[in-house]
Amino acid sequence: MDEAMWAFGRASGFISLALFTASVLLGIVNRSGRPLLTLPRFSISILHRNIALLATVFLGLHVGSLMLDPFARLRPVDVLVPFLGSYRPLWQGLGTVALDLLLAVVVTALLRQRIGPRVFKAVHWFAYAAWPVAMAHALGNGTDAGSAWFLALAVASAAVVVGALLWRLSATFLETTRAREGRPL
Amino acid sequence: MGTILHIDWTRCDGRGLCTELLPAVLGRDDWGYPVARGYQGRARTDVPIEPRDEEAAQEAVSLCPTMALALRKAASRGD
Ligand code: HEM
Ligand code: SF4
Repeated sequence: MDEAMWAFGRASGFISLALFTASVLLGIVNRSGRPLLTLPRFSISILHRNIALLATVFLGLHVGSLMLDPFARLRPVDVLVPFLGSYRPLWQGLGTVALDLLLAVVVTALLRQRIGPRVFKAVHWFAYAAWPVAMAHALGNGTDAGSAWFLALAVASAAVVVGALLWRLSATFLETTRAREGRPL
Repeated sequence: MGTILHIDWTRCDGRGLCTELLPAVLGRDDWGYPVARGYQGRARTDVPIEPRDEEAAQEAVSLCPTMALALRKAASRGD
């Protein structure tokens, strides 16, 4: 039973991180305004939202199961306040920081129509801060961090996220860049 | 009583989600902005929506990335 909670905590944390990585990538594609392969723009938007929400569900399972694990012994306060934990407080605290940031991103995204575009966009930038923090937490705190498969996946997803970020910052990122600069279509 | 789709041009960034969801109602200009098909003047900002398009219009309102769209009940103009 104890071992089960631990195993479940690791698996759900891993799935959550993978889904968050996918949400960041889909968020960037969404922002570019381009359709992707056969997916129209509105499908990317819906996919981005739904994968982000699924990642949040797995994040809840991750934290919930480790509260029940007799070794990790997460207390309710550790879920929201970082760096107080008993087991590797720094790395665990980074997980808490990522959770706080992502919670803010998800809540403001769901209340988007009510709070308006300014607040939504300002808070949504936290997504870019949360991803590396969550990754650092997984690498520093996780039981699987030393294993080759985990490191390989971490390096691969970091490479993809950095690549997407460079694309995000490039001059021709938006679908409409060319037309708006008055260049031929 | 009809429904109109109001486009707030100060917010719209021509991302093209609404033109995908309402292809029969909205075209897209070269800069990506939505253009009401078959309407001139005011109706390009307050676009009349047929009942069969209302659901798609509602979807566009909730998915528009810049929250530039709103559905309104139009007062009857006797047309
Ligand atoms: C916590 C999980 C989430 C992450 C990591 C995430 C990440 C991102 C990223 C990286 C972008 C691109 C931002 C930019 O460069 O301007 C983005 C855009 C966007 N996200 Fe999210 N997001 C999350 C949750 C959500 C949710 C739950 C919704 C909707 C309810 C949502 C709606 C949007 C929209 C509409 C955009 C496009 C904004 C624009 O085009 O101006 N996101 N997201
Ligand atoms: S979805 Fe919104 S931002 Fe995109 S073209 Fe339509 S009104 Fe403009």
